[in-house]
Amino acid sequence: MSRFLFPRWSNLVLPTIILAALTIPVYAVFFVAYGFSPKTLEVGYQPKQPVPFSHALHAGELGMDCRYCHTSVEKAAHASVPPTQTCMNCHTQIRPQSPKLADVRESYETGLPVEWTRIHKLPDFAYFDHSAHVNRGIGCVSCHGRIDKMEVVYQKSALSMGWCLECHRNPDPNLRPVSEITNLAYDGATELTQTERDALKKKYHISPSEDCSTCHR
Amino acid sequence: MTTLSHDSQLGQMSDNTVDRPGERAPLVLNMNTFGQVTATVCRVNEAEKAPTAWYIAFAGALGLLSVLGACIGYLIVTGVGVWGLNNPVMWAYDITNFVFWVGIGHAGTLISAILFLFRQKWRTGINRFAEAMTIFAVICAGTFPGIHVGRVWFAYWLFPIPNQMEMWPQFRSPLLWDVFAVSTYFTVSLLFWYTGMVPDLATLRDRAKGKLQQVGYGIFALGWRGSNRHWHRYERAYLILAALSTPLVLSVHSVVSFDFATSQLPGWHTTIFPPYFVAGAIFSGFAMVVTLAVPARELFGLKDLITLRHLDNMNKVILVTGCMVGYAYSMEFFIAWYSGAMYEKFAFINRAFGQYWWAYWIMVSCNVITPQLFWFKKIRTSIPIMFVLSLFVNVGMWFERFVIIVTSLANDFLPTSWDMFTPTWVDIGTMVGAFGLFFTLFLLFCRYLPMIAMAEVKTVMPQADPHGAGAGKHGHHGHEKGHH
Repeated sequence: MSRFLFPRWSNLVLPTIILAALTIPVYAVFFVAYGFSPKTLEVGYQPKQPVPFSHALHAGELGMDCRYCHTSVEKAAHASVPPTQTCMNCHTQIRPQSPKLADVRESYETGLPVEWTRIHKLPDFAYFDHSAHVNRGIGCVSCHGRIDKMEVVYQKSALSMGWCLECHRNPDPNLRPVSEITNLAYDGATELTQTERDALKKKYHISPSEDCSTCHR
Repeated sequence: MTTLSHDSQLGQMSDNTVDRPGERAPLVLNMNTFGQVTATVCRVNEAEKAPTAWYIAFAGALGLLSVLGACIGYLIVTGVGVWGLNNPVMWAYDITNFVFWVGIGHAGTLISAILFLFRQKWRTGINRFAEAMTIFAVICAGTFPGIHVGRVWFAYWLFPIPNQMEMWPQFRSPLLWDVFAVSTYFTVSLLFWYTGMVPDLATLRDRAKGKLQQVGYGIFALGWRGSNRHWHRYERAYLILAALSTPLVLSVHSVVSFDFATSQLPGWHTTIFPPYFVAGAIFSGFAMVVTLAVPARELFGLKDLITLRHLDNMNKVILVTGCMVGYAYSMEFFIAWYSGAMYEKFAFINRAFGQYWWAYWIMVSCNVITPQLFWFKKIRTSIPIMFVLSLFVNVGMWFERFVIIVTSLANDFLPTSWDMFTPTWVDIGTMVGAFGLFFTLFLLFCRYLPMIAMAEVKTVMPQADPHGAGAGKHGHHGHEKGHH
């Protein structure tokens, strides 16, 4: 009889299919979840900057307030990058001849800005306003990490939509009084009681929206 | 062997639509042996060449399929603006086609599952290709939600897949339930269809002459050898799948109706929708089975297996479900009046006498008046008339969805936001093209797979019953059990 029945080796096919059906999806899930995650792809981005400016020195050791340079953070969507003139407020007097500052002096003389490399990028379709956050008790450290300990700044957070939503769904651990906004060492999670946090929430009218149109306008 | 010769007389009775007391009307005509059944069904697949009509139909279907491909391609590269949608009519042909095709699918599941559990033996002649029709119709249906989302490359957002955006579909929305309902329906229907086909695929494998056919059918026959143990497991699996499919007949179109019923739009916000949609789905599905069965049995010489009695029974189902649909139409109007809600009242008066009055009256004449003709046995058993009537029902059921969706959206609460929907050529091309997809798949199925469940048909022949064969002759059929 000429009918086709499976040869003996095909007995291996079924266990292979079952094994593949079990392992491939697990592998694919892990691969996508970790390999494509902004936690893998974005966090730790630390480009070389044109000037070896140390946040650890300025914001950390010297204790300068973030707002001395990033002036618009409380008033505008963007926390502006300072112009060279801000640097020269001090550096005309302090270490005016330092070779590390050569590019800054050149920029000061020519009027062409220092071309800093931007680290924290949000896509154009995501609307984010610094002022809305810092004026309502979300400190710099919540998103940017301990800048005062970074010699060269790197991206601390994933800046993914899920990461935004985590805080919008539960802002409590990140709340602090507005007076402590730029205090990077302040930890609202340990220094505030829940009653105090609730009071802050009431005071700052905090009820973060999760609607699409909040960020995608 | 006197009993067998008696049965062969029964089998040769040309009109099996007559019911004689004490006798089972034969469901297989002009055949005395199982071999004849096998030969008749397999001949279609084993012929060197298909009938000329098949090639003509297949060329036409491929032509329409390419229209569908072109329209979808144009839609993807340009955007949903190529359709005639506007604000307020944000759903039109896309969702009309979706509901139409999902509805078509229902007859297959009803025949394969519910009629199986109720031991309706006449299902065996038509269940295979009704199930195939179900699967192809659901494929057509599934296309539309996929392409109407606008950015087709994000269509996977329909499914709740964990993602870094922590974004989920709205679990409270019937649109998500729809995704589950339709995909479950497709999976179960496919499994059911395939499971039932395994013994027949093995038959084709055993009869195949060419190596390609032997290996091809052999792989899909899963090594079926027809042993006792195989049959035992097969019967179990088939029964379980029938039980799983049965609730789906009711649930799928109920969930589809929730897409509308849970909204607050007058004309959609109606509690009658789930049963009304299910009845309409079965109505349209059976009409499509008749539309397909009539030419198929002519073309492939299957008249002795898909007999007039089968068609007569299906026409009765069309009559019953057609009455239900007509009842639902009138009940909608009654409730619109009885509720005292002025928007509700307006929606229905507008439906019948507004700018889409013609669509409404096409729907009513095709779905309510047409099936009433099936009260007459002459019409139920006339091949040309039932074919034409089944086409009317198909048209009517397409218009039913159009009327529900478009007239309700076009004129909602605020007259300032009213607008008129006019289809573009892409709308029409996509709608017509979907038939190309459906018929391409169906014609391929007819040519390469066993169109009739051979193994099951054999079980309803008198020859399959070692005890009851002679009982009918002596009028003892009802006391059969007493002899044992």
